[in-house]
Amino acid sequence: MTTQSSVEIGTEWGIVSARQAGRELSKGLGFSSVDQARITTAISELARNIYLYTKNGVIGLEVVNDGHRQGIIITARDQGPGIENLRDVMVDGYSTSGGLGAGLPGVKRLMDEFDIQSNPGEGTLITTTKWLR
Amino acid sequence: MRIPILKLGNYLLISIQVELDDQTALLFQEDLLNKIHQEGSQGIVIDLTSVDMIDSYIAKVIGDVVEMSNLMGAKVVLTGIQPAVAITLVEMGVSLNGVQTALDLEQGLEKLQQELEG
Repeated sequence: MTTQSSVEIGTEWGIVSARQAGRELSKGLGFSSVDQARITTAISELARNIYLYTKNGVIGLEVVNDGHRQGIIITARDQGPGIENLRDVMVDGYSTSGGLGAGLPGVKRLMDEFDIQSNPGEGTLITTTKWLR
Repeated sequence: MRIPILKLGNYLLISIQVELDDQTALLFQEDLLNKIHQEGSQGIVIDLTSVDMIDSYIAKVIGDVVEMSNLMGAKVVLTGIQPAVAITLVEMGVSLNGVQTALDLEQGLEKLQQELEG
């Protein structure tokens, strides 16, 4: 697995840079326009969470090959406050920021694989994958 | 960056052709409401043909601006939403309730005309 790129999310411009990087990478790999939109939307949601809740974090984009197919792995890593109620944040409509609450459950539906690890006080790591069909 | 708002009779036409960052989206919200107030516009078409991604935040800003325009007495139609955008919005679970849409600019204008005259 090789790291393709990582984008620091310190300002809201980082959100735009991250999704542009995701758009280019997914286009280059041959993802359909619908999958490109799914991937960029997922990146945008994850980057926005970093920006809204922690101010500082990194979106990583990697190309992966499991022997049969290629895919793209998005990681969202921050050293923020962490998430106390992991179960709640995966429920549609749950939001502490006045948003739509579509973020994380939405990302999970857009992507093929989704994993979240978080400990209060230690930050959050979200890993999510989309496979090329 | 500002999104241009064109006046056509009683209508305002907006074609969003830039990558929508948060600032641009919020600025557009204010600009549009001010323009409606200034021009006394009754109908607005926001064309999204060139927009290739709408996340939940941008969707909220768009939904809000439609609601705000309605409060002011103007009707809004969104046009040209791309297949990929429609698919991701629904999969995300984002619903733009009560928002009028049409396939393209032409049909959007027709829809406004019918609503305002009929």
